[in-house]
Amino acid sequence: MAGGGKAHLRDPDDVLIRAEDLVVEFPISQGRVVNAVSGVSLDVKQGETLGLVGESGCGKSTTAKSLIQLPPPTSGTVSYLGTDLTSLENKELRKARTDLQMIFQDPISSLNPRRKIGDVVAEPLRVWGPHDREEQSSQVDAMLEAVGIDPAIARDKRPHEFSGGQCQRISIARALVLNPQVIICDEPVSALDVSVQAQILNMLEDLKADYGLTLVFIAHDLAVVKNISDRIAVMYLGKLCEVSESNVLYDAPAHPYTELLLGSSPVPDPTVNLDITLVEEEDLPSPIDPPSGCRFRTRCRYATDRCAQEEPVMREVSEDHHVACHHPLVSVPEMAEVSA
Amino acid sequence: MGLSLGKGIRASVTDAMTSARDEPLLAVRDLRTHFSINAGLLRAVDGVTFDLHSGQTLGIVGESGSGKTVLSRSIMRLNLGNNVHTSGEARFAGRDLLGLPMSEMTDVWGQEIAMVFQDPMTSLNPVVKIGRQVTEHVRKHLGVSKKEARALAVQLLESVRIPEAEVTISAYPHELSGGMRQRVSIAIALACSPKLLFADEPTTALDVTVQHQILNLLGMQQRERDMAMVLVTHDLGVVAGRTDEIIVMYAGKIVEQARTDQIFQKTSHPYTEALLRSIPKTDQPSHTRLAAIAGRPPNLITMPTGCAFSPRCPYAQDRCFEEEPPLQTNQDGHATACWYQVGTAENKEAWDNNLASGRLSTMAVAKGQIVDEVPLDLTTGAS
Repeated sequence: MAGGGKAHLRDPDDVLIRAEDLVVEFPISQGRVVNAVSGVSLDVKQGETLGLVGESGCGKSTTAKSLIQLPPPTSGTVSYLGTDLTSLENKELRKARTDLQMIFQDPISSLNPRRKIGDVVAEPLRVWGPHDREEQSSQVDAMLEAVGIDPAIARDKRPHEFSGGQCQRISIARALVLNPQVIICDEPVSALDVSVQAQILNMLEDLKADYGLTLVFIAHDLAVVKNISDRIAVMYLGKLCEVSESNVLYDAPAHPYTELLLGSSPVPDPTVNLDITLVEEEDLPSPIDPPSGCRFRTRCRYATDRCAQEEPVMREVSEDHHVACHHPLVSVPEMAEVSA
Repeated sequence: MGLSLGKGIRASVTDAMTSARDEPLLAVRDLRTHFSINAGLLRAVDGVTFDLHSGQTLGIVGESGSGKTVLSRSIMRLNLGNNVHTSGEARFAGRDLLGLPMSEMTDVWGQEIAMVFQDPMTSLNPVVKIGRQVTEHVRKHLGVSKKEARALAVQLLESVRIPEAEVTISAYPHELSGGMRQRVSIAIALACSPKLLFADEPTTALDVTVQHQILNLLGMQQRERDMAMVLVTHDLGVVAGRTDEIIVMYAGKIVEQARTDQIFQKTSHPYTEALLRSIPKTDQPSHTRLAAIAGRPPNLITMPTGCAFSPRCPYAQDRCFEEEPPLQTNQDGHATACWYQVGTAENKEAWDNNLASGRLSTMAVAKGQIVDEVPLDLTTGAS
């Protein structure tokens, strides 16, 4: 939502992670709070790739990080394999996090510049075992090889000796070395050239198949998200707008915000007609004082009075395609409106 | 060679828009920028020639390290230091910019040629209010009073669609969002109505929606002011539909140069083709395998002999490793530096040869494998 609701959630027995009503607030001065995430519910099936899309400041990274309790959400639950991660003690949480790993946006700054690559990738093993050094180094070598880095050359080098794309692959090796179930990828290709981006995206697909991974993939580039995702959740200002199987989302976007995002995405085709006379003046409103009702209404060209008063809830527009909007762009079956 | 090439391209662009104006606004001839560093001589830009007519937009595309930024900074004379060696010619409105004394360049900057940089946070002064930054050029070059300058600042901010311009002129850069900051940078660049605007990756740090706004804004301002623009980017999606002509750079050289529609529809250089293929597109179904480019751009100090792209090129044959292909212009004004141009029978044959011999770079494209280091000395058969 731009609105609330959980109509898009699937049977809890079928999913690996189920987050309900996640709220993340950051207190700032004078008792005000930044409403980074305001009631987001998500689920991810085993082996699925969930894409999270939205502009900077929409709360997509915060949502994904709150799944692994970094930081824990202000309220809401995250259930992973039936365990509620928000209720775990520190020690148990640390153990649970070995299953949930993360890759960050800037590959170079996410690696310690003073440590050798072999040590960087072995670090998780030194904490969690196996503690046998030889066993560790053989696992590290195997992992580096899996991401296309020659371990014999890379092991004793430091991060500055590698390009951005190689550093990103090293971060991926570090994330995978504990054999996790879920990888949260926070804009892993945004800082890379298109040619390197293609290499990383292909590799993530391969690794996902080889290691049976489940991915949560955050990006602001819709073409990238579509390429890698099975299911996509569009976020705006701390709320979900639309959740759908990825091909459907692009063929028939139901939320005006999804339409705006799709329309802004650059297309490498000179015959596409660009209307350069339209320059939108509105920026993302402040998450300190979000608009009432539907949060997208200030930029929405279909907004009516109802949008200012009533917050839309998630409802089904077709099978596995849900939208939180009073005026969706596709027709909605009559009885589908289900309130949370 | 440089001159005849320039003519060929001029003829192609002439079509509808520039028939009346024969003299290019900017004529760059054999521009070279080399940096002497400890490791040796780094050839960042190595013999670039092009023309730009007023009111036209030129896109310069390439990966990180292809020399696209150094090229635009060389024309602007922004590469300072004793280790910079620039040669060639950059004639702007009849004057060779590279030969001008620095004192005269300060009159060119802002007034005749302006630049919008990639990161609006670092290109604005964090401790000076927006209004003063926007009017700095105007006050220096046109000598207007403070009061007039203020009115002009408001007008400029309004022209780049900044809401509440009256308030914004007394704000500091950190109080604005990234998109608004980039609009301020554009307002600064446009303040003295330059004839040529360099936009160096103006939207790389921004969201898609903001990118769309900024590119539209640039296009609109350019049209209103009949200004020429050079749009430097790594994203072919950004230049499609927004430029008249495109230069694709690789390792400091132009590898392909043509009208925008030809670059996309009659792609002739394997590097351009590879760039286009590696972009994920929204009209492809999910999980479409992307054609990655094998290897990495070459080290600009120890360049391979022959074609610089040959180690990564899926079509490379023995000749490519020995002889550097010249930039050749065909009758449509489409210039390409390649022995086995895409779309020709020779190209098809080269692909089949390489596929049959299992050449690494070719397999990387065919199967989407990661190939990190491509051996330089390997030709088609081995590996």
